[in-house]
Amino acid sequence: MGHYVIRRLLQMIPVFIGSTFLIFFMVYALGDPVAALFGDRAPDPAVAAQIRKDLYLDHPLGAQYVHYMSQVFAGNFGTAFNGQAVTALMGSAFPVTLRLTLVAIVFEAVIGIMLGVVSGLRRGRTVDTSVLLLTLIVVSVPTFVSGYVLQYLFGVKWELVNPSVSFAAPIDQLILPGLVLALVSLAYVTRLTRTSIAENARADYVRTAIAKGLPRGRVIRRHLLRNSLIPVVTFIGTDIGALMGGAIVTERIFNIHGVGYQLYQGILRQNSPTVVGFVTILVIVFLMANLLVDLLYALLDPRIRYA
Amino acid sequence: MRGFGRVACAACAVMGVVVAAVGCGGGAGIGGPGIVRASWGDPQNPLEPANTNEVQGGKVLDMIFRGLKKYDPRTGATNNWIADSITSSDQQNFTVKLKPGWKFSNGEPVTAHSFVDAWNYGALVTDKQLNAPFFSYIDGYDQVHPASGVPTARAMSGLRIKDNRTFTVRLSQKFSTWPDTLGYSAFYPLPRVFFTDHSGWLKKPVGNGPYKITSYTRGAVMSLRTWDGYHGPDAVRNKGVDLVVYTDNNTAYTDLQAGNLDLVDDIPVTQLKNVDKDLGGRYINEPAGVIQTITFPMYDAKWGGATMDKVRRGISMAIDRAAITAKIFQNTRTPATDWTSPVLGAKGGYLAGLCGDACTYNPAMAKSLIQQGGGLPGGRMTIGYNADAGSHKEWVDAVCNSINNALGNGTACLGAPVGTFADFRRQITAKTETQPFRSGWQMDYPLIQDFLQPLYYTDGSSNDAHFSNADFDKLVDRANSESHPALAVTDFQNAEKILAQQMPAIPLWYQHGSAGYSSNISNVMLNQFSVPVYNEIAVRSP
Amino acid sequence: MPDSHHPEKSSESIAPTGSGGAMGLATSEAETLEREPAPGRPRSLWSDAWRDLRRNPVFIISTLIILFLITIAIWPKLIASGNPLACDITKSQDGAAPGHPFGFDIQGCDVYTRTVYGARASVTVGVCATGGAALLGSVLGGLAGYFGGWWDALLSRISDVFFGIPIVLGGLVFLSVVTNTTVWPVIGFIVLLGWPQIGRIARGAVITAKQNDYVQAARALGASGPRILLRHIAPNAIAPVIVVATIALGTYIALEATLSFLGVGLRPPTVSWGIDISSASIQIRNAPHMLLWPAGALSLTVLAFIMLGEAIRDALDPRLR
Repeated sequence: MGHYVIRRLLQMIPVFIGSTFLIFFMVYALGDPVAALFGDRAPDPAVAAQIRKDLYLDHPLGAQYVHYMSQVFAGNFGTAFNGQAVTALMGSAFPVTLRLTLVAIVFEAVIGIMLGVVSGLRRGRTVDTSVLLLTLIVVSVPTFVSGYVLQYLFGVKWELVNPSVSFAAPIDQLILPGLVLALVSLAYVTRLTRTSIAENARADYVRTAIAKGLPRGRVIRRHLLRNSLIPVVTFIGTDIGALMGGAIVTERIFNIHGVGYQLYQGILRQNSPTVVGFVTILVIVFLMANLLVDLLYALLDPRIRYA
Repeated sequence: MRGFGRVACAACAVMGVVVAAVGCGGGAGIGGPGIVRASWGDPQNPLEPANTNEVQGGKVLDMIFRGLKKYDPRTGATNNWIADSITSSDQQNFTVKLKPGWKFSNGEPVTAHSFVDAWNYGALVTDKQLNAPFFSYIDGYDQVHPASGVPTARAMSGLRIKDNRTFTVRLSQKFSTWPDTLGYSAFYPLPRVFFTDHSGWLKKPVGNGPYKITSYTRGAVMSLRTWDGYHGPDAVRNKGVDLVVYTDNNTAYTDLQAGNLDLVDDIPVTQLKNVDKDLGGRYINEPAGVIQTITFPMYDAKWGGATMDKVRRGISMAIDRAAITAKIFQNTRTPATDWTSPVLGAKGGYLAGLCGDACTYNPAMAKSLIQQGGGLPGGRMTIGYNADAGSHKEWVDAVCNSINNALGNGTACLGAPVGTFADFRRQITAKTETQPFRSGWQMDYPLIQDFLQPLYYTDGSSNDAHFSNADFDKLVDRANSESHPALAVTDFQNAEKILAQQMPAIPLWYQHGSAGYSSNISNVMLNQFSVPVYNEIAVRSP
Repeated sequence: MPDSHHPEKSSESIAPTGSGGAMGLATSEAETLEREPAPGRPRSLWSDAWRDLRRNPVFIISTLIILFLITIAIWPKLIASGNPLACDITKSQDGAAPGHPFGFDIQGCDVYTRTVYGARASVTVGVCATGGAALLGSVLGGLAGYFGGWWDALLSRISDVFFGIPIVLGGLVFLSVVTNTTVWPVIGFIVLLGWPQIGRIARGAVITAKQNDYVQAARALGASGPRILLRHIAPNAIAPVIVVATIALGTYIALEATLSFLGVGLRPPTVSWGIDISSASIQIRNAPHMLLWPAGALSLTVLAFIMLGEAIRDALDPRLR
């Protein structure tokens, strides 16, 4: 297992190089970022040329990438267009987003698995149908609407929470945004759990366990749930990306200056240091998350072994 | 089945580590007695006066700086502020005299040097200031700001310091209303510390205005407090302003409703139907110096052709401006009937109805004019817009529907979104946009010249249409050399009548500034740039 | 007793255990259907499944809904006489009126007509993008899970990089070069971004399924790799893929709207539920009826496919026999 982990960690190196180049190339393909700096006014050619020179934008793509990477290895991730260091931007955005993601995953895992187990054990009953209806609503109502409506109800109408999150973004302020962010994933987790549970409820070992006279709760928790969790765990692992980098709408609605927001700004302004820096960190997060998921497989199903 | 317990433990351990790593932030409090809590957006550029070309950075500069001139937020008049007098006998050589007693908030006096050094900094190409072209009327600009290559001088020869409170300016051409441009933020003075400790200054800018910055957390909040040493004529009626950065104006509006914010100066259009109910009259909707237009690519043979003026006018007449401003914008736009803005006032050159029939909705006439001109090029047109900011999609689609209804063809006009503003601008600058596109102009200073010369004068700095008309240019030149403002205005309006004939850009509507505020504050007002007049806001004592 | 996981022994009928007995959404009828006696030679799993499906009311209902959606996608005029592009701004956001049962949207277009006409683009995007992503994802993910080792490392790391590409950036780069108004670039892009997730799910399911005794047994008996994958692993690993794909169908239809919102997706004169949902979203406080109908149509589509997926999954699950 140790070897396996080391091998997986070593695989990060090519992924790191590949993804930085890919993203660098994509931002480059977006076009010239300098034109936008001048607003609706035609750019002053002399100033534009000077800015391009200072940002190393007057070199070919390959040279720009080498220059950027040499800076990164010297610990310099470059600057965003408002003059702020990208590392400072990452330092303020990632902790906030990590907290938000954590809240969302807890919601997703706890509520999703719970609803999934209940509806899986009671297929076709009222509770199952209600959960299905909730799923349909969550899938077809955009996050913008659910976010705005919940924000309005909880923040303005009932005055239970602050509608917006302060810059420090303590975890208690992130509960509502976390729920909104988790909604669509909740639908996936619920349906996945439900299906797995329904499938495994008929397996031999469950019947055996029941026949042995074990209490029902214990059978569900120890036997049924554990064997049903692999697809769910896999899904949550893949979802971390969507939650961390793709929370643009949720972060905007709740005024969270997180990764999704900064990344979106970076892309719109075509600021490659910001985008490449943020995405690189995100890719590392996915690699770690997927490694963790693969290790969890072995724990959930002892038959799975890693050499 | 001990394994499951192990999994649970592992999961708990991971969670624990993550929680510990990310920690929990403490709440940074904003507001306080006498403090206004106002919404803000992240400035896009470093907060240098000559480098700030958008409204969010401009807000701060207008609070911490005062310039030679200031525009009265009520009347729109241009008043001397730090300038004691600006005189000229030939509309080309100006003498600027400063009032005594002005200081920066670090104690340094405001002298002629403060202005001349700041302007030379702003113009020098290697300082890469976005607003450098504002200095281009000053003699010697070409030496410090050559179109290519290295500058041959570091200071403009047209600027001469006479004594501590006097300097002279020589322009490269006659420009009678030039002194009235000096209220713009690019012309603010700068203290020595700006040059000696530039990075320190950027973190916490020092100015000569009624407020000084006490703390600034990038991307989050800026605290401004009144500066006791300010003795300018405009009194400050509060103790300070906290500018809070919002990712979205809808969120700011929600926070205003919840009582966490006092002032939102950009109400989302979709909430305008609810402002009366939500805010009970604490809402302002006033015209600002912004006009929205649709610009034609006059450089394109299809659109710039000889008979195409009829088509362009016909398209303008096919747009039901009144219905669109009412339904899409909830009357926060006024249908445009000239190419300037009502904030200029009649004296300043605004003339309602100057555009005449060409800007009046008349679908039948529109259809026949377009047919007379040879029809839409290729039978169809698109209106280009950038999809990344503002709600351009709604009104572009509405304009196209209006044109389509007039022509009786459901797909004659279609909206053509471009992903990013940068790409949108690139296509326009590179002249690869061959179809009409949306355009907007926010005035830099309340002068009719600013609405016409940069946009429609041959090779003007923002002439995106690449419109070129010798008669128009001649009238603008004559206007700039008139010794009396009223004569200049008449010349400019005559030039504008050429636009009504040629229609290189369709005037759509004048934009309004809108703001909502809490019951904590009163005396809220927007100036002609749709920026709140912060120093006039009174805070209710708790 | 023979291993009941074995798909070949699927004719064995298991009585419902405990509370897990009821099946399907509406009824548990399928379960009560009489089983045909097993014929002499073992039937194939797939023909067994088809036999079950034809009798499953859940399958019949969902198929009817889907056929209905496809019909109006091809011939919207059958149930809508208006023109989705005929809009009168003076009726902006008005409620229901005679001849306009669902009211008007912000541009003053008829919401009912647009909802009907929107089916074509949205159903095409939803079905094709989901189909493409599910196919690509389950093939690549399945191979990675089955063979492991270098295959797995390569495919998984490639999908890691895809996960890292922000949708906004990818959309702006890949779609802004395409300026036509067809749905195919959009579908291609969604497949490109969607397959890694389904691939990861399929990989996990295959890793679990290949540990089963009957797979080891088949291997010991000398069954070929493709045969094991198709006949023994696929039916047991397909459930999570179906679940994720059916929900993804809905999110992909919504994703099309996100792309349109970014200015790189479908554009007028194409009409789609996604575009209408996103333009209705910002008006939610003023005119909720604008959201209700296109979102309702999207719900119905997702419901139909969830039901269909459920029925197929049940038919393929030998333990439900």
